[in-house]
Amino acid sequence: MPERLFRVWRGTAAGGSFVEYRVDVDPGMVVLDVLHRIQARLANDLAVRWNCKAGKCGSCSMEINGKPRLACMTRMNQYGASETISVQPMKTFPVVKDLVTDVSWNYEQNKRIPPFRPLPRPADGSYHMRQEDVDRVQEFRKCIECFLCQDVCHVLRDQSRKDLFVGPRFMIRLASLEMHPLDTADRIPAIRGEFGSGLCNITRCCTEVCPEQIQITDNGIIPLKERVVDRYFDPLLGLLRKIFRR
Amino acid sequence: MGDRTGLEIIRTLQDHAVHKGFGIYMECTALQLLLDGERLAGVVGYWRESGRFVLFRTRAVVLATGGGGRAWRITSNSWEYTGDGYAMAYDAGAELMDMEFTQFHPTGMVWPPSVRGILVTEGVRGDGGILLNQEKDRFMFRYIPEKFAAETAASEEEANRWLKGDKTARRPPELLTRDVVARAITQEVNEGRGSPHGGVFLDIASRVPAETIRKKLPSMYHQFKELAEIDITREPMEVGPTLHYFMGGVRVDSDTQMSTVPGLFAAGEAAAGMHGANRLGGNSLSDLLVFGRLAGVGTAQYVRGLGAVPRVHEEEVRTAVRRATEILNRETGANPYAVHEDLQNAMGRYVGIVRTEAELKSALGELERLKRDAATVRAPGASQYNAAWHEALDLRALLVTAEAVTRAALVRQESRGAHTRVDHPGEREDWQKVNVIVRKGTDGRMETRVEKRADPPKDLAAIAYAAIEDLEAGRA
Repeated sequence: MPERLFRVWRGTAAGGSFVEYRVDVDPGMVVLDVLHRIQARLANDLAVRWNCKAGKCGSCSMEINGKPRLACMTRMNQYGASETISVQPMKTFPVVKDLVTDVSWNYEQNKRIPPFRPLPRPADGSYHMRQEDVDRVQEFRKCIECFLCQDVCHVLRDQSRKDLFVGPRFMIRLASLEMHPLDTADRIPAIRGEFGSGLCNITRCCTEVCPEQIQITDNGIIPLKERVVDRYFDPLLGLLRKIFRR
Repeated sequence: MGDRTGLEIIRTLQDHAVHKGFGIYMECTALQLLLDGERLAGVVGYWRESGRFVLFRTRAVVLATGGGGRAWRITSNSWEYTGDGYAMAYDAGAELMDMEFTQFHPTGMVWPPSVRGILVTEGVRGDGGILLNQEKDRFMFRYIPEKFAAETAASEEEANRWLKGDKTARRPPELLTRDVVARAITQEVNEGRGSPHGGVFLDIASRVPAETIRKKLPSMYHQFKELAEIDITREPMEVGPTLHYFMGGVRVDSDTQMSTVPGLFAAGEAAAGMHGANRLGGNSLSDLLVFGRLAGVGTAQYVRGLGAVPRVHEEEVRTAVRRATEILNRETGANPYAVHEDLQNAMGRYVGIVRTEAELKSALGELERLKRDAATVRAPGASQYNAAWHEALDLRALLVTAEAVTRAALVRQESRGAHTRVDHPGEREDWQKVNVIVRKGTDGRMETRVEKRADPPKDLAAIAYAAIEDLEAGRA
């Protein structure tokens, strides 16, 4: 069992630093396994948020060698045999302790999104949807709310404009509602306004880190931006609106 | 939705709750139920993020704490499945029932070691996956129990026709009940016909086109690709039994979901009774929808009918807090992670898929020793988000759960559903009529007793004993 060097950020909101641990690594291990081993043997009180250990719950988001990742889906064999592994909490959210961050800002954004408002139920009692419409929305519903896309988003991370932009996760949530074939609510004004779709400058970093491989930018954010443009900036429509005073 | 049905239900409920403005206490762990006389009066818990305690004064509690799979080493359950609901209810004087019926799902991942136990959904077999041993033998045809022979395919040819939707064909043997498949896999492995990592092969690659696999089993495709570096559209998976589900739990009234403690309710895996000795695949989701609602309705009814508001007794709160903080204040003591690992090994060794009286008694001996260790366990550091402290707090619940399962398994001297006693093979009619009940005795020790089951209402009994053809034709 080869021994590996781990640098783990330890601390609280008041501050902290990297602490080094040497630990055995077995074949097939993921980073979360190694953190558990450190917890059991070397640092009993190390704080790590995790749950399913199968990439389905989105709890163990952290930054591993500088990349936002799920620790449970990061296999050790993707790193060089003698490479030091550095693990730190997500930078975009306030630290609670060690690798655990306070992600409650995200829950507050979710509450602001106008809910699903379905069409009235047809006379036969059952709704009908086309498979392609279902598939489109289904991609967005794969989201496990790990918030890695929020962590990597330049608007939230580097520019700290949480006040102006809800971030990729909630653009996807908005897209899943806007593109739902049975939904009747109009969220386009809010997407342009309070949710800040214009702030995204399409660097695609969010798509790159998504563990569910949701095409956040191409299938979610860009179509929403297009809907905003169609509504507010289409010159022909604008002219027609003026003429017919719609 | 394929293998994501449960996830979709979660999403829908979550979205609904968010927009209804439900209060959700994130990362708040319940530690102890408080009583006023016999009635429920409150809950003491703690916030993980701050390590501070919190007291909820409440007239009713619905336990939705799931099962206790974490008492075993190989389990599909996440870390929270520590039996905390069972233990809290037990301490409050509630009865537990059917605890001997612990379901081992036949197909958990077996390699790599770090993912051992993680679930491979039944959907793989439902969509055409077959089980093979090292010799490429489709062994399940050799394990069809007599009572299921009439409804199980007799040949591969017939099983294939069933998959294509032929109504005259019978189900493939891979879809037999979970206990049958789990025992068959165990026997194949024990007799030396297992796969390289101690399981058997689950093959869908050679049976279903790659595109269909990716579409119908997206989670499984992803899980194996990422965690085991196996492409299930090209290679077989290696699988083996994993502790998955507790059929038993808190004994509740089937109409209101209230336990034997007034004001304490339970639903889902935390509650007993719904799935008998052996849950069928997919049934826990419908259980949650139906009995989750009944629990809500039952709770509202109870609260409305309650006269005086029950009082919380401060001394009880102080005791609960003291019991928790002692763990942080000790200078020396056992490592909670090590105690947990010992427990998991003991349960895996002595309270597995097949059980004997001697092994179950060895388990009780181990549990006594582990209880002593757990009583002096120590967690270093502050209370804020302290993983060791949480682990230490969970240990008590895990031990109560493990002991309840072991004692109930000793009492039931027959093999039924998920409970297999090698020393008492076969179902026995007298045991069909009774449940094993576990509760805390007046001396603080765990008591078991056997209680006759009440007859079910006539209309439900008619459904239960109807032939499958009558059910499908709507005649029952």
